[in-house]
Amino acid sequence: MIEATLGRVMQDDRGRLLAALIARTGDFQRAEDALQEAAASALVHWGRAGVPASPTGWLLRAALRKAIDGYRRDTTLSRHRDAIAVLAEEEAADPDPQTIPDDRLRLIFTCCHPALEEKSRIALTLRSLCGLTTAQVAAVFLDAEPTMGQRLSRAKAKIAAARIPFTVPGAEDLPDRLNSVLTVVYLIYTAGYAQGPQIGIDLCTEAIFLARLLLQLAPDQPEVEAALALLLLTQARAAARIGPDGQSLPPIRQDRSLWNRAALDEGLALLDRAISRRAPGPFQLKAAIAALHSADGPPDWPQIAALYARLHDYEPTPVIALNHAVALAESGQLAQALAQVQALGAQLDGYQPFHAARADFLARIGDSASARPEYLRAIALAGSEADRSFLQARLSALK
Amino acid sequence: MKYMLTLYAAPDAEPSPGTPEFDAMMGEYFGLEEKMKGVATFLAGEGLQPVQTATTLRKREGRVETMDGPFAETREHLGGFYLIEAADLDAALRFAAEIPAARYGSVEVRPVMEY
Repeated sequence: MIEATLGRVMQDDRGRLLAALIARTGDFQRAEDALQEAAASALVHWGRAGVPASPTGWLLRAALRKAIDGYRRDTTLSRHRDAIAVLAEEEAADPDPQTIPDDRLRLIFTCCHPALEEKSRIALTLRSLCGLTTAQVAAVFLDAEPTMGQRLSRAKAKIAAARIPFTVPGAEDLPDRLNSVLTVVYLIYTAGYAQGPQIGIDLCTEAIFLARLLLQLAPDQPEVEAALALLLLTQARAAARIGPDGQSLPPIRQDRSLWNRAALDEGLALLDRAISRRAPGPFQLKAAIAALHSADGPPDWPQIAALYARLHDYEPTPVIALNHAVALAESGQLAQALAQVQALGAQLDGYQPFHAARADFLARIGDSASARPEYLRAIALAGSEADRSFLQARLSALK
Repeated sequence: MKYMLTLYAAPDAEPSPGTPEFDAMMGEYFGLEEKMKGVATFLAGEGLQPVQTATTLRKREGRVETMDGPFAETREHLGGFYLIEAADLDAALRFAAEIPAARYGSVEVRPVMEY
Protein backbone atom coordinates (compact mmCIF):
# COMPACT_ATOMS: atom_id res chain seq x y z
CA MET A 1 0.00 0.00 0.00
CA ILE A 2 2.75 2.44 1.03
CA GLU A 3 4.90 1.13 -1.81
CA ALA A 4 2.09 1.61 -4.31
CA THR A 5 1.49 5.21 -3.15
CA LEU A 6 5.18 6.00 -3.28
CA GLY A 7 5.48 4.38 -6.70
CA ARG A 8 2.62 6.48 -8.02
CA VAL A 9 4.00 9.74 -6.58
CA MET A 10 7.46 8.97 -7.96
CA GLN A 11 6.06 8.23 -11.38
CA ASP A 12 3.77 11.26 -11.53
CA ASP A 13 6.02 13.82 -9.85
CA ARG A 14 9.53 12.55 -10.50
CA GLY A 15 10.16 15.09 -13.27
CA ARG A 16 8.98 18.01 -11.18
CA LEU A 17 10.93 16.96 -8.10
CA LEU A 18 14.06 16.21 -10.06
CA ALA A 19 13.88 19.52 -11.93
CA ALA A 20 13.42 21.40 -8.64
CA LEU A 21 16.39 19.59 -7.11
CA ILE A 22 18.68 20.16 -10.11
CA ALA A 23 17.73 23.84 -10.11
CA ARG A 24 18.85 24.01 -6.47
CA THR A 25 21.92 21.77 -6.53
CA GLY A 26 23.04 22.49 -10.09
CA ASP A 27 24.03 18.85 -10.27
CA PHE A 28 22.01 16.20 -12.10
CA GLN A 29 23.58 13.20 -10.39
CA ARG A 30 23.38 14.68 -6.86
CA ALA A 31 19.75 15.60 -7.43
CA GLU A 32 18.92 12.11 -8.61
CA ASP A 33 20.80 10.46 -5.72
CA ALA A 34 19.06 12.71 -3.20
CA LEU A 35 15.64 11.89 -4.63
CA GLN A 36 16.45 8.19 -4.59
CA GLU A 37 17.51 8.36 -0.94
CA ALA A 38 14.42 10.38 -0.05
CA ALA A 39 12.22 7.72 -1.65
CA ALA A 40 14.00 5.02 0.33
CA SER A 41 13.43 6.83 3.61
CA ALA A 42 9.80 7.55 2.64
CA LEU A 43 9.19 3.81 2.63
CA VAL A 44 10.40 3.59 6.24
CA HIS A 45 8.78 6.78 7.58
CA TRP A 46 5.45 6.48 5.84
CA GLY A 47 5.24 2.88 6.98
CA ARG A 48 5.58 4.05 10.59
CA ALA A 49 3.73 7.36 10.60
CA GLY A 50 1.35 6.97 7.66
CA VAL A 51 1.40 8.72 4.28
CA PRO A 52 1.84 12.50 4.81
CA ALA A 53 -0.80 14.97 3.64
CA SER A 54 1.47 16.11 0.80
CA PRO A 55 3.63 13.17 -0.23
CA THR A 56 5.37 15.23 -2.92
CA GLY A 57 6.17 18.03 -0.46
CA TRP A 58 7.53 15.47 2.00
CA LEU A 59 9.75 13.98 -0.69
CA LEU A 60 11.08 17.37 -1.79
CA ARG A 61 11.98 18.32 1.77
CA ALA A 62 13.57 14.97 2.48
CA ALA A 63 15.53 15.14 -0.78
CA LEU A 64 16.84 18.62 0.07
CA ARG A 65 18.08 17.24 3.40
CA LYS A 66 19.68 14.29 1.61
CA ALA A 67 21.38 16.66 -0.84
CA ILE A 68 22.82 18.64 2.09
CA ASP A 69 24.04 15.38 3.65
CA GLY A 70 25.57 14.45 0.31
CA TYR A 71 27.52 17.71 0.16
CA ARG A 72 28.67 17.28 3.78
CA ARG A 73 29.99 13.79 3.02
CA ASP A 74 31.95 15.17 0.10
CA THR A 75 35.65 15.55 0.82
CA THR A 76 35.82 18.84 -1.08
CA LEU A 77 33.33 20.29 1.40
CA SER A 78 34.73 23.81 1.33
CA ARG A 79 33.67 24.21 -2.31
CA HIS A 80 30.07 23.50 -1.42
CA ARG A 81 29.45 25.94 1.48
CA ASP A 82 27.28 28.20 -0.69
CA ALA A 83 25.27 25.32 -2.10
CA ILE A 84 24.59 23.98 1.39
CA ALA A 85 23.43 27.38 2.61
CA VAL A 86 20.97 27.71 -0.26
CA LEU A 87 19.61 24.21 0.26
CA ALA A 88 19.26 24.65 4.03
CA GLU A 89 17.28 27.83 3.52
CA GLU A 90 14.98 26.13 1.04
CA GLU A 91 14.48 23.16 3.31
CA ALA A 92 13.66 25.33 6.32
CA ALA A 93 11.05 27.20 4.28
CA ASP A 94 9.04 23.95 3.98
CA PRO A 95 8.70 24.14 0.20
CA ASP A 96 5.41 23.21 -1.40
CA PRO A 97 5.99 21.58 -4.82
CA GLN A 98 2.69 23.02 -6.03
CA THR A 99 3.84 26.60 -5.53
CA ILE A 100 7.53 26.47 -6.42
CA PRO A 101 8.29 27.26 -10.07
CA ASP A 102 8.02 24.29 -12.41
CA ASP A 103 11.56 23.71 -13.69
CA ARG A 104 10.72 20.83 -15.98
CA LEU A 105 11.18 22.94 -19.12
CA ARG A 106 14.81 23.53 -18.16
CA LEU A 107 15.17 19.84 -17.42
CA ILE A 108 13.88 18.77 -20.82
CA PHE A 109 16.21 21.18 -22.62
CA THR A 110 19.13 19.72 -20.67
CA CYS A 111 18.10 16.11 -21.35
CA CYS A 112 17.69 16.82 -25.08
CA HIS A 113 20.89 18.85 -25.48
CA PRO A 114 22.46 18.24 -28.90
CA ALA A 115 25.86 17.65 -27.24
CA LEU A 116 24.44 14.31 -26.01
CA GLU A 117 24.05 11.28 -28.24
CA GLU A 118 20.52 10.95 -29.59
CA LYS A 119 19.85 7.63 -27.88
CA SER A 120 21.00 9.10 -24.57
CA ARG A 121 18.68 12.09 -25.04
CA ILE A 122 15.73 9.75 -25.46
CA ALA A 123 16.78 7.59 -22.51
CA LEU A 124 17.38 10.56 -20.19
CA THR A 125 14.04 12.10 -21.13
CA LEU A 126 12.14 8.88 -20.49
CA ARG A 127 13.93 8.37 -17.18
CA SER A 128 13.80 11.96 -15.92
CA LEU A 129 10.54 13.35 -17.24
CA CYS A 130 8.34 10.31 -17.85
CA GLY A 131 9.40 8.63 -14.59
CA LEU A 132 10.35 5.32 -16.24
CA THR A 133 12.73 3.16 -14.22
CA THR A 134 16.16 2.35 -15.66
CA ALA A 135 14.91 -1.23 -16.22
CA GLN A 136 11.95 0.07 -18.23
CA VAL A 137 14.14 2.40 -20.32
CA ALA A 138 16.48 -0.54 -20.97
CA ALA A 139 13.51 -2.65 -22.08
CA VAL A 140 12.43 0.04 -24.54
CA PHE A 141 15.80 -0.22 -26.30
CA LEU A 142 16.10 -3.99 -25.78
CA ASP A 143 19.27 -3.27 -23.79
CA ALA A 144 20.42 -4.99 -20.63
CA GLU A 145 19.68 -2.90 -17.53
CA PRO A 146 23.37 -2.41 -16.55
CA THR A 147 24.17 -1.25 -20.10
CA MET A 148 21.40 1.34 -19.95
CA GLY A 149 22.47 2.33 -16.43
CA GLN A 150 25.97 3.02 -17.74
CA ARG A 151 24.62 5.03 -20.67
CA LEU A 152 22.54 7.19 -18.32
CA SER A 153 25.51 7.67 -15.96
CA ARG A 154 27.81 8.67 -18.83
CA ALA A 155 25.28 11.22 -20.06
CA LYS A 156 24.90 12.73 -16.58
CA ALA A 157 28.67 12.78 -16.12
CA LYS A 158 29.03 14.69 -19.38
CA ILE A 159 26.31 17.16 -18.37
CA ALA A 160 28.30 17.88 -15.22
CA ALA A 161 31.84 17.82 -16.66
CA ALA A 162 31.18 19.80 -19.85
CA ARG A 163 28.75 22.02 -17.97
CA ILE A 164 25.71 21.57 -20.16
CA PRO A 165 23.51 24.31 -18.76
CA PHE A 166 20.23 23.71 -16.92
CA THR A 167 18.40 26.49 -18.65
CA VAL A 168 15.89 27.38 -21.32
CA PRO A 169 17.97 28.62 -24.28
CA GLY A 170 17.87 32.25 -25.32
CA ALA A 171 15.91 33.48 -28.34
CA GLU A 172 18.84 33.02 -30.73
CA ASP A 173 19.31 29.31 -29.97
CA LEU A 174 15.68 28.50 -29.18
CA PRO A 175 14.44 27.34 -32.62
CA ASP A 176 17.24 24.77 -33.04
CA ARG A 177 17.14 23.59 -29.45
CA LEU A 178 13.36 23.33 -29.41
CA ASN A 179 13.57 21.28 -32.58
CA SER A 180 16.01 18.94 -30.82
CA VAL A 181 13.53 18.51 -27.93
CA LEU A 182 10.57 17.94 -30.25
CA THR A 183 12.58 15.46 -32.30
CA VAL A 184 13.22 13.42 -29.14
CA VAL A 185 9.50 13.49 -28.34
CA TYR A 186 8.68 12.43 -31.90
CA LEU A 187 11.26 9.61 -31.84
CA ILE A 188 9.72 8.32 -28.60
CA TYR A 189 6.35 8.36 -30.34
CA THR A 190 7.51 6.56 -33.48
CA ALA A 191 9.30 3.92 -31.39
CA GLY A 192 6.02 3.30 -29.56
CA TYR A 193 4.11 3.26 -32.84
CA ALA A 194 6.42 0.64 -34.28
CA GLN A 195 6.55 -1.58 -31.17
CA GLY A 196 3.06 -1.22 -29.74
CA PRO A 197 2.63 -1.23 -25.93
CA GLN A 198 5.29 -3.39 -24.30
CA ILE A 199 5.89 -4.55 -20.76
CA GLY A 200 3.27 -2.13 -19.52
CA ILE A 201 4.82 0.95 -21.17
CA ASP A 202 3.14 2.71 -24.05
CA LEU A 203 5.69 5.08 -25.55
CA CYS A 204 3.00 6.74 -27.67
CA THR A 205 1.22 7.80 -24.49
CA GLU A 206 4.51 8.97 -22.96
CA ALA A 207 5.30 11.05 -26.06
CA ILE A 208 1.86 12.68 -26.02
CA PHE A 209 2.32 13.37 -22.29
CA LEU A 210 5.65 15.09 -23.06
CA ALA A 211 4.19 17.12 -25.91
CA ARG A 212 1.31 18.27 -23.68
CA LEU A 213 3.77 19.13 -20.92
CA LEU A 214 5.85 21.20 -23.35
CA LEU A 215 2.76 23.00 -24.55
CA GLN A 216 1.83 23.80 -20.97
CA LEU A 217 5.36 25.02 -20.13
CA ALA A 218 6.02 26.83 -23.41
CA PRO A 219 2.67 28.02 -24.69
CA ASP A 220 2.54 30.18 -27.84
CA GLN A 221 5.30 28.17 -29.55
CA PRO A 222 3.89 27.14 -32.95
CA GLU A 223 6.35 24.26 -33.32
CA VAL A 224 5.24 22.78 -29.98
CA GLU A 225 1.58 23.10 -30.96
CA ALA A 226 2.35 21.47 -34.29
CA ALA A 227 4.34 18.62 -32.71
CA LEU A 228 1.40 17.77 -30.42
CA ALA A 229 -0.92 18.10 -33.42
CA LEU A 230 1.26 15.67 -35.40
CA LEU A 231 1.16 13.09 -32.60
CA LEU A 232 -2.60 13.44 -32.11
CA LEU A 233 -3.35 13.22 -35.84
CA THR A 234 -1.25 10.07 -36.12
CA GLN A 235 -2.62 8.58 -32.89
CA ALA A 236 -6.19 9.24 -34.05
CA ARG A 237 -5.68 6.73 -36.87
CA ALA A 238 -3.76 4.14 -34.84
CA ALA A 239 -6.67 1.75 -34.32
CA ALA A 240 -7.39 1.64 -38.06
CA ARG A 241 -3.90 1.27 -39.44
CA ILE A 242 -4.00 -2.53 -39.69
CA GLY A 243 -6.83 -4.04 -41.71
CA PRO A 244 -8.88 -7.13 -40.72
CA ASP A 245 -6.56 -9.32 -42.84
CA GLY A 246 -3.50 -8.09 -40.95
CA GLN A 247 -2.25 -5.78 -43.69
CA SER A 248 -0.95 -2.22 -43.12
CA LEU A 249 -3.44 0.19 -44.63
CA PRO A 250 -2.73 3.71 -45.92
CA PRO A 251 -5.13 6.30 -44.42
CA ILE A 252 -7.23 6.42 -47.60
CA ARG A 253 -8.15 2.72 -47.25
CA GLN A 254 -8.72 2.74 -43.48
CA ASP A 255 -12.10 2.23 -41.80
CA ARG A 256 -12.73 5.81 -40.68
CA SER A 257 -15.29 4.78 -38.07
CA LEU A 258 -12.27 3.47 -36.12
CA TRP A 259 -10.59 6.90 -36.09
CA ASN A 260 -10.55 8.81 -32.83
CA ARG A 261 -12.58 11.89 -33.75
CA ALA A 262 -11.71 13.83 -30.57
CA ALA A 263 -7.95 13.39 -31.10
CA LEU A 264 -8.32 14.31 -34.78
CA ASP A 265 -10.28 17.49 -34.01
CA GLU A 266 -7.85 18.52 -31.27
CA GLY A 267 -4.92 17.94 -33.62
CA LEU A 268 -6.48 19.97 -36.42
CA ALA A 269 -7.35 22.84 -34.05
CA LEU A 270 -3.78 22.90 -32.70
CA LEU A 271 -2.36 22.93 -36.21
CA ASP A 272 -4.63 25.84 -37.21
CA ARG A 273 -3.49 27.75 -34.15
CA ALA A 274 0.17 27.06 -34.94
CA ILE A 275 -0.11 28.13 -38.58
CA SER A 276 -1.97 31.31 -37.65
CA ARG A 277 1.16 32.47 -35.78
CA ARG A 278 2.97 32.81 -39.12
CA ALA A 279 6.30 31.38 -37.96
CA PRO A 280 6.72 28.26 -40.08
CA GLY A 281 8.82 25.27 -39.03
CA PRO A 282 9.39 21.60 -39.77
CA PHE A 283 6.81 20.25 -37.32
CA GLN A 284 4.11 22.47 -38.80
CA LEU A 285 4.91 21.00 -42.22
CA LYS A 286 4.84 17.43 -40.86
CA ALA A 287 1.54 18.04 -39.06
CA ALA A 288 0.06 19.67 -42.17
CA ILE A 289 1.01 16.56 -44.18
CA ALA A 290 -0.61 14.33 -41.53
CA ALA A 291 -3.73 16.52 -41.65
CA LEU A 292 -3.97 16.19 -45.45
CA HIS A 293 -3.84 12.40 -45.05
CA SER A 294 -6.81 12.61 -42.67
CA ALA A 295 -8.95 14.80 -44.92
CA ASP A 296 -12.27 13.53 -46.25
CA GLY A 297 -11.89 12.03 -49.67
CA PRO A 298 -8.61 11.34 -51.45
CA PRO A 299 -5.54 13.20 -50.17
CA ASP A 300 -4.40 16.35 -51.97
CA TRP A 301 -1.16 14.85 -53.32
CA PRO A 302 0.17 17.93 -55.16
CA GLN A 303 -0.18 19.87 -51.90
CA ILE A 304 1.54 17.06 -49.95
CA ALA A 305 4.37 17.06 -52.52
CA ALA A 306 4.78 20.81 -52.10
CA LEU A 307 4.93 20.45 -48.29
CA TYR A 308 7.57 17.70 -48.54
CA ALA A 309 9.64 19.91 -50.84
CA ARG A 310 9.58 22.65 -48.19
CA LEU A 311 10.30 20.16 -45.41
CA HIS A 312 13.34 19.02 -47.38
CA ASP A 313 14.71 22.58 -47.12
CA TYR A 314 14.66 22.22 -43.31
CA GLU A 315 15.73 18.59 -43.17
CA PRO A 316 17.57 17.53 -46.34
CA THR A 317 17.46 13.81 -45.53
CA PRO A 318 17.08 10.97 -48.05
CA VAL A 319 13.94 9.74 -46.25
CA ILE A 320 12.19 13.06 -46.80
CA ALA A 321 13.35 13.08 -50.42
CA LEU A 322 11.80 9.60 -50.75
CA ASN A 323 8.49 10.77 -49.25
CA HIS A 324 8.56 13.70 -51.63
CA ALA A 325 9.03 11.31 -54.56
CA VAL A 326 6.07 9.19 -53.39
CA ALA A 327 3.87 12.30 -53.26
CA LEU A 328 5.04 13.29 -56.76
CA ALA A 329 4.17 9.84 -58.08
CA GLU A 330 0.74 10.02 -56.48
CA SER A 331 0.26 13.43 -58.14
CA GLY A 332 0.90 11.80 -61.51
CA GLN A 333 4.49 13.03 -61.93
CA LEU A 334 5.87 9.52 -62.28
CA ALA A 335 8.92 10.35 -64.40
CA GLN A 336 10.15 12.95 -61.93
CA ALA A 337 9.40 10.61 -59.01
CA LEU A 338 11.39 7.77 -60.56
CA ALA A 339 14.34 10.02 -61.33
CA GLN A 340 14.35 11.34 -57.77
CA VAL A 341 14.13 7.89 -56.17
CA GLN A 342 16.86 6.54 -58.49
CA ALA A 343 19.29 9.07 -57.04
CA LEU A 344 18.62 7.84 -53.47
CA GLY A 345 19.65 4.23 -54.03
CA ALA A 346 23.13 4.54 -52.55
CA GLN A 347 21.84 6.04 -49.29
CA LEU A 348 18.65 4.04 -48.79
CA ASP A 349 19.60 0.57 -50.02
CA GLY A 350 18.79 -1.05 -46.66
CA TYR A 351 15.53 0.86 -46.18
CA GLN A 352 12.38 -1.11 -46.92
CA PRO A 353 10.14 1.85 -47.94
CA PHE A 354 12.71 2.83 -50.60
CA HIS A 355 12.37 -0.52 -52.38
CA ALA A 356 8.60 -0.58 -51.87
CA ALA A 357 8.28 2.89 -53.44
CA ARG A 358 10.59 2.07 -56.32
CA ALA A 359 8.71 -1.18 -56.98
CA ASP A 360 5.42 0.71 -56.98
CA PHE A 361 6.67 3.37 -59.44
CA LEU A 362 8.07 0.73 -61.79
CA ALA A 363 4.82 -1.24 -61.65
CA ARG A 364 2.88 1.91 -62.53
CA ILE A 365 4.90 2.53 -65.66
CA GLY A 366 4.28 -1.11 -66.61
CA ASP A 367 7.85 -2.35 -65.97
CA SER A 368 6.88 -5.46 -63.98
CA ALA A 369 10.18 -7.16 -64.69
CA SER A 370 12.09 -4.45 -62.83
CA ALA A 371 9.40 -4.08 -60.15
CA ARG A 372 9.49 -7.74 -59.11
CA PRO A 373 13.06 -7.84 -57.60
CA GLU A 374 12.37 -4.52 -55.84
CA TYR A 375 9.27 -6.00 -54.16
CA LEU A 376 11.26 -9.07 -53.14
CA ARG A 377 13.96 -6.86 -51.62
CA ALA A 378 11.32 -4.81 -49.76
CA ILE A 379 9.67 -7.98 -48.44
CA ALA A 380 13.05 -9.24 -47.22
CA LEU A 381 13.59 -5.97 -45.36
CA ALA A 382 10.04 -5.62 -43.94
CA GLY A 383 10.00 -5.22 -40.15
CA SER A 384 6.45 -6.36 -39.46
CA GLU A 385 4.08 -9.04 -40.65
CA ALA A 386 1.56 -6.35 -41.62
CA ASP A 387 4.06 -4.69 -43.99
CA ARG A 388 5.20 -8.02 -45.40
CA SER A 389 1.64 -9.07 -46.10
CA PHE A 390 0.89 -5.72 -47.83
CA LEU A 391 3.97 -6.01 -50.05
CA GLN A 392 3.25 -9.67 -50.86
CA ALA A 393 -0.21 -8.67 -52.08
CA ARG A 394 1.31 -5.97 -54.31
CA LEU A 395 3.82 -8.42 -55.70
CA SER A 396 1.08 -10.96 -56.51
CA ALA A 397 -0.90 -8.24 -58.30
CA LEU A 398 1.97 -7.61 -60.77
CA LYS A 399 1.17 -8.64 -64.32
CA MET B 1 35.00 27.25 -16.87
CA LYS B 2 37.82 26.73 -19.36
CA TYR B 3 37.30 24.96 -22.66
CA MET B 4 39.88 23.81 -25.18
CA LEU B 5 38.76 24.14 -28.77
CA THR B 6 40.85 22.11 -31.21
CA LEU B 7 40.55 22.76 -34.94
CA TYR B 8 40.74 19.93 -37.45
CA ALA B 9 40.62 20.22 -41.23
CA ALA B 10 41.84 18.50 -44.37
CA PRO B 11 44.64 20.62 -45.85
CA ASP B 12 42.96 20.77 -49.25
CA ALA B 13 39.63 21.90 -47.76
CA GLU B 14 40.76 25.30 -46.58
CA PRO B 15 41.38 28.35 -48.79
CA SER B 16 44.96 28.59 -50.16
CA PRO B 17 47.25 31.44 -49.13
CA GLY B 18 47.26 34.31 -51.61
CA THR B 19 43.58 34.01 -52.53
CA PRO B 20 40.98 36.61 -51.46
CA GLU B 21 39.13 33.78 -49.62
CA PHE B 22 42.26 33.13 -47.55
CA ASP B 23 42.58 36.81 -46.65
CA ALA B 24 38.90 36.97 -45.66
CA MET B 25 39.36 33.86 -43.49
CA MET B 26 42.41 35.29 -41.75
CA GLY B 27 40.47 38.49 -41.14
CA GLU B 28 37.79 36.44 -39.43
CA TYR B 29 40.39 34.70 -37.23
CA PHE B 30 41.94 38.00 -36.21
CA GLY B 31 38.53 39.52 -35.42
CA LEU B 32 37.20 36.54 -33.48
CA GLU B 33 38.39 37.54 -30.02
CA GLU B 34 36.76 40.96 -30.33
CA LYS B 35 33.57 39.60 -31.90
CA MET B 36 33.02 37.03 -29.16
CA LYS B 37 33.42 39.44 -26.24
CA GLY B 38 30.39 38.94 -24.02
CA VAL B 39 30.02 35.31 -25.13
CA ALA B 40 33.37 33.91 -24.00
CA THR B 41 36.81 35.17 -23.09
CA PHE B 42 39.80 34.38 -25.28
CA LEU B 43 42.69 33.10 -23.14
CA ALA B 44 45.06 31.71 -25.76
CA GLY B 45 45.07 30.43 -29.30
CA GLU B 46 47.52 29.55 -32.03
CA GLY B 47 47.58 28.16 -35.52
CA LEU B 48 50.00 25.32 -36.19
CA GLN B 49 52.48 24.72 -39.02
CA PRO B 50 51.43 22.01 -41.48
CA VAL B 51 51.45 18.41 -40.33
CA GLN B 52 54.57 17.65 -42.44
CA THR B 53 56.53 19.56 -39.79
CA ALA B 54 55.32 17.36 -36.93
CA THR B 55 57.51 14.97 -34.96
CA THR B 56 55.99 12.38 -32.64
CA LEU B 57 57.94 11.10 -29.67
CA ARG B 58 57.51 8.39 -27.12
CA LYS B 59 59.67 6.98 -24.37
CA ARG B 60 59.72 3.25 -23.70
CA GLU B 61 61.96 1.62 -21.10
CA GLY B 62 63.97 4.78 -20.87
CA ARG B 63 64.58 5.01 -24.61
CA VAL B 64 63.30 7.89 -26.68
CA GLU B 65 61.80 6.95 -30.03
CA THR B 66 61.03 9.72 -32.49
CA MET B 67 58.91 9.46 -35.57
CA ASP B 68 58.42 11.79 -38.50
CA GLY B 69 54.79 12.89 -38.74
CA PRO B 70 51.70 13.31 -36.59
CA PHE B 71 50.47 10.96 -33.84
CA ALA B 72 47.45 9.84 -35.84
CA GLU B 73 47.32 9.40 -39.61
CA THR B 74 43.99 11.00 -40.39
CA ARG B 75 42.69 12.99 -43.32
CA GLU B 76 41.79 15.91 -41.08
CA HIS B 77 44.76 17.32 -39.20
CA LEU B 78 44.99 19.30 -36.01
CA GLY B 79 45.60 22.81 -37.29
CA GLY B 80 45.23 25.04 -34.27
CA PHE B 81 43.56 25.60 -30.94
CA TYR B 82 41.80 28.09 -28.73
CA LEU B 83 41.65 28.16 -24.97
CA ILE B 84 38.62 30.11 -23.80
CA GLU B 85 36.78 30.88 -20.58
CA ALA B 86 33.02 30.41 -20.94
CA ALA B 87 30.08 30.22 -18.54
CA ASP B 88 28.83 26.90 -19.91
CA LEU B 89 28.94 24.57 -22.89
CA ASP B 90 26.37 26.62 -24.80
CA ALA B 91 28.64 29.68 -24.69
CA ALA B 92 31.66 27.59 -25.70
CA LEU B 93 29.71 26.10 -28.61
CA ARG B 94 28.64 29.56 -29.74
CA PHE B 95 32.31 30.58 -29.85
CA ALA B 96 33.22 27.39 -31.72
CA ALA B 97 30.52 28.01 -34.32
CA GLU B 98 32.19 31.31 -35.30
CA ILE B 99 35.61 29.76 -35.98
CA PRO B 100 36.15 29.57 -39.76
CA ALA B 101 37.50 26.00 -39.46
CA ALA B 102 34.02 24.88 -38.36
CA ARG B 103 32.83 25.53 -41.93
CA TYR B 104 35.43 23.47 -43.79
CA GLY B 105 36.60 21.14 -41.00
CA SER B 106 35.58 20.39 -37.43
CA VAL B 107 36.04 21.97 -34.03
CA GLU B 108 36.23 19.73 -30.95
CA VAL B 109 35.12 21.36 -27.70
CA ARG B 110 36.47 19.86 -24.48
CA PRO B 111 36.24 21.13 -20.92
CA VAL B 112 39.63 21.58 -19.26
CA MET B 113 40.31 19.50 -16.17
CA GLU B 114 40.02 21.40 -12.92
CA TYR B 115 42.35 20.42 -10.07
